[in-house]
Amino acid sequence: MSKIKVATVWLDGCSGCHMSFLDMDERLIELSSQIDLVFSPLVDFKIYPENVDLALVEGAISSVEDEHKIKMIRKRTKFLIAMGDCAVTANVPAMRNPFGPEPILERAYHENVSTGAQIPCVFVPALLEKVRPVHEFVPVDLFLPGCPPSADTFYTVLTDLLAGRTPDVASLTRFGA
Amino acid sequence: MTSEELLQIAETVQAEHANFDYEVNVCMGTGCMSQHSDKLKATLTKEATASGKHCHVRQTGCMGLCAAGPLVLVDPKNSDKDILYGGVHEADSYELIASLDAKPVERLLTRLEHYFDGQQHIVLENSGHIDPEKIDEYIARDGYQALVMALTEMDPQSVIDQISKSGLRGRGGGGYPTGLKWGTVAKAIGPQKYVICNGDEGDPGAFMDRSVLESDPQRVIEGMTIAAFAVGASKGYAYVRAEYPLAVSRLTASLREARRRGFLGNNICGTAFSFDIEIRLGAGAFVCGEETALIASIEGLRGQPRPRPPYPAMSGLWGLPTLINNVETFANIAPIIRKGADWYAGIGTEKSKGTKVFALTGKITNTGLVEIPMGMPLRQIVFGIGGGVPDGRKFKAVQTGGPSGGCIPDEHLDLPVSYEALTNVGSMMGSGGMIVMDDTSCMVNVARFFMEFCMTESCGKCIPCRAGTAQMFGILSKICDGKASHADLDLLIDLCDVVKHTSLCGLGMTAPNPVLSTLRYFKHEYLEHIDHQHCRAGVCACGTKDASQLAAAEVTA
Amino acid sequence: MSVATDVKTLVIDGINVSARADQTILEVARENNINIPTLCHLDGLSDVGACRLCLVEVKGSPKLNPSCVLKVEEGMEVTTSSDRLKHYRQTILELPFAERNHVCSVCVANGHCELQSLGQSQGLTHVRMPYRNPQLEVDASHERFVVDHNRCILCTRCVRVCGEVEGAHVWDVMGRGIDSIVITDLCDPWGESSCTRCGKCVQVCPTGALFDKSKVGSPHPKYPEFLTNLQVMREASREGL
Ligand SMILES: Cc1cc2nc3c(=O)[nH]c(=O)nc-3n(C[C@H](O)[C@H](O)[C@H](O)COP(=O)(O)O)c2cc1C
Ligand code: SF4
Ligand code: SF4
Ligand code: SF4
Ligand code: FES
Repeated sequence: MSKIKVATVWLDGCSGCHMSFLDMDERLIELSSQIDLVFSPLVDFKIYPENVDLALVEGAISSVEDEHKIKMIRKRTKFLIAMGDCAVTANVPAMRNPFGPEPILERAYHENVSTGAQIPCVFVPALLEKVRPVHEFVPVDLFLPGCPPSADTFYTVLTDLLAGRTPDVASLTRFGA
Repeated sequence: MTSEELLQIAETVQAEHANFDYEVNVCMGTGCMSQHSDKLKATLTKEATASGKHCHVRQTGCMGLCAAGPLVLVDPKNSDKDILYGGVHEADSYELIASLDAKPVERLLTRLEHYFDGQQHIVLENSGHIDPEKIDEYIARDGYQALVMALTEMDPQSVIDQISKSGLRGRGGGGYPTGLKWGTVAKAIGPQKYVICNGDEGDPGAFMDRSVLESDPQRVIEGMTIAAFAVGASKGYAYVRAEYPLAVSRLTASLREARRRGFLGNNICGTAFSFDIEIRLGAGAFVCGEETALIASIEGLRGQPRPRPPYPAMSGLWGLPTLINNVETFANIAPIIRKGADWYAGIGTEKSKGTKVFALTGKITNTGLVEIPMGMPLRQIVFGIGGGVPDGRKFKAVQTGGPSGGCIPDEHLDLPVSYEALTNVGSMMGSGGMIVMDDTSCMVNVARFFMEFCMTESCGKCIPCRAGTAQMFGILSKICDGKASHADLDLLIDLCDVVKHTSLCGLGMTAPNPVLSTLRYFKHEYLEHIDHQHCRAGVCACGTKDASQLAAAEVTA
Repeated sequence: MSVATDVKTLVIDGINVSARADQTILEVARENNINIPTLCHLDGLSDVGACRLCLVEVKGSPKLNPSCVLKVEEGMEVTTSSDRLKHYRQTILELPFAERNHVCSVCVANGHCELQSLGQSQGLTHVRMPYRNPQLEVDASHERFVVDHNRCILCTRCVRVCGEVEGAHVWDVMGRGIDSIVITDLCDPWGESSCTRCGKCVQVCPTGALFDKSKVGSPHPKYPEFLTNLQVMREASREGL
């Protein structure tokens, strides 16, 4: 049986979801007999390949770069999972939404800086006006809330999917879990 | 007060009128007053005195054709040809008075064409014909005969039977059979019962109730008093929005007059029946027209609906049995009692009896109030009475039922006006606003306007209406801006379903109607915005002009 | 002593049940272990029928009815769960999530929130509508408590407990529609209001909107069942007189 091509993606999140993913520990080895990790912050591929079977996306869409990436990823992926609250609800990154990007940048790069205060603008992607969850930009096939979703949740969902079952996500995890 | 005494008063009034060769009636409804018809009346009076003619210049209520105001109706005693002048200003006074015994002033004549064709005035029978502040003028036109009859010749049950038999249904929007409601309140048990007149009238574009209260307040008082007798109530409240100062002041004066003549107070007409009415001012919230919110508002609480059952008929004001009817419903009562249920039931369609007053507005030649028998085709109202769409533009839809109703396209214009027929085509009778739209109206933008109205008028109590209307408004704005996707449209349709079926009160339950009805008949306009960023009427932001302002102008014009 | 009570029989989800005439469908359902989700209802407070989560289908009625206020009737046939009701309940729960700023992961009520757990039990895994992200205040002027309007779902439990049980009527609702907001006194800071510092509102608040300052950074479970206990005690002391 050929292995399933899996990608994990890190957009505007804290990497906690990836850490929790790794918390599957030895179960990762078991999974690796069925999946090939073709793109991930955990491995060294630089380019998101074509024909990915399944992608787990961590993080909200906060910048023009995130937006560009998620659209490209969607095009190259069959089954897209919004992984964790940031991807599902925009969560903590969206806490700037009521104020807009300017006051946040001002606070970070002017008020809290003692020398050479300046808002970076070269090689740094511009922030979107509002931070939004993944599904507001592209269709999402499965939502996995949780901050982060537990390793057990990941394991159950992945084994269910690999076995062709539809996981009952709400019984496993919730917003803020 | 007996019927003989009523007759005497009527004769006195008629004798006074007989002293004059001409009656010059100046409309003092809000519409004409806003064009200074009060000053016009003063000048006409001066000119009349100076001319030495036997001429009686007096104020009356609304004459219907508001857009052509200020209106003056000349009633020469030696002929039964009344002359209706429109757009009369102070400067025209001399000429108008001078013309009384000569030819009418040609340039001031209203071009009525078919305006009165097919209209039938029951509720408006006195509007424009009497001085609303003079109870005796009301009496001279058969006023209070019905009350005297009910009190002295009928028992409460036979009054209710008459109302049931007449087929009258509530004019506040729901169309609930009035006799049935009265019967329920009559049977309900409580140490005290109340009668409430709903004069909140919050629909954009509607002004029927205001006009009735301004033009013929005694009719509403008489209707309420008969109702109180029928259901066994001793106390009444007239709930009128504070934005209607003229209606409030005329009603206040009329209540005083009615008390003076003994139609209100203790032992009315020498019987054991006592009843009085107090005015309560509404602060202008649309939701306070909903009966349970209105009751909360009278009780001094936040104007929010509560779940029904229990219905007000069982547990209303202060938990006691309460009859609540609309202004126009009460205005129909006296004529029904006076002329009999069979007469009334002979007008209209099988299930919708009598007449209905509509406020015609929007892209229509004759803006104003019309009263038509139920069953008249919409086409006749819009193109006959209303004079059609002005400026050679093309008719697109007529909106009835205000924010709870829908837009009816040309294909359904031959529909006879009735509660059922309007509901069947996805709109509703509502309280009587009728807004005509032409091809300069964008139907998505119209739906958005009404959704914005519901969003801002939602009381905020229940989740689906409070948050659902805000979400639907957001999606509609996105469509207008040409930025929406088909997924957005699907979500909008889903939200319509949820909000319609889960909201607490009628406001939320009907808030999706304007969207649903425009989707039903004008889905192509939604799709044009979504797929091609095109607004065929050219009003949306994917066009150029400020859309929200245009929509507001469309429905309040 | 025997008390003559008017007993009604009815069917809920296919089960024959009996009830006192003054009971609501919700009460009877719960007595019979049928779970209907609720949010604005709380045992011990008056019912307002505002959240609409407890809507049920009644045979012969075209409208859905809130079971927390709907009184039983002889022969009624009630359905408390169906695909349609499930979809409505999910959508009704999505709406408050999108209405204000809920960030469960950093919320004081995380793990002890009725909105959060209802979302989970009703199968909500994401919110389809755009988040509105309004700018709302956090009032920490009170020496013991905080109101964070970002988390308020306007269930009015605080308003009712303060008026009906504590008798202080510090809380009320201001504004209308989407701009509604709970206020203390005439929109004065909570710390400067006529609050008696009893803390009842904090205990009944289903979300992280009202919380105890001393609980920040630690789990903050709430104990709304104090209300029914309190009522039993009040009842007993009245009868003791
Ligand atoms: C949001 C809302 C607004 C309403 N506004 C009015 C109103 O302005 N005037 C009115 O008579 N009825 C209004 N109604 C209907 C009343 O609740 C009530 O049905 C009516 O006053 C009963 O009188 P009727 O039987 O004579 O029609 C409204 C209902 C809703 C749900
Ligand atoms: S439907 Fe709207 S107006 Fe009616 S109770 Fe609910 S929030 Fe208030
Ligand atoms: S109040 Fe409840 S739903 Fe809202 S953020 Fe806090 S835990 Fe989440
Ligand atoms: S503060 Fe809490 S109890 Fe009060 S209305 Fe908001 S969510 Fe309900
Ligand atoms: S619990 Fe019944 S409506 Fe909220």
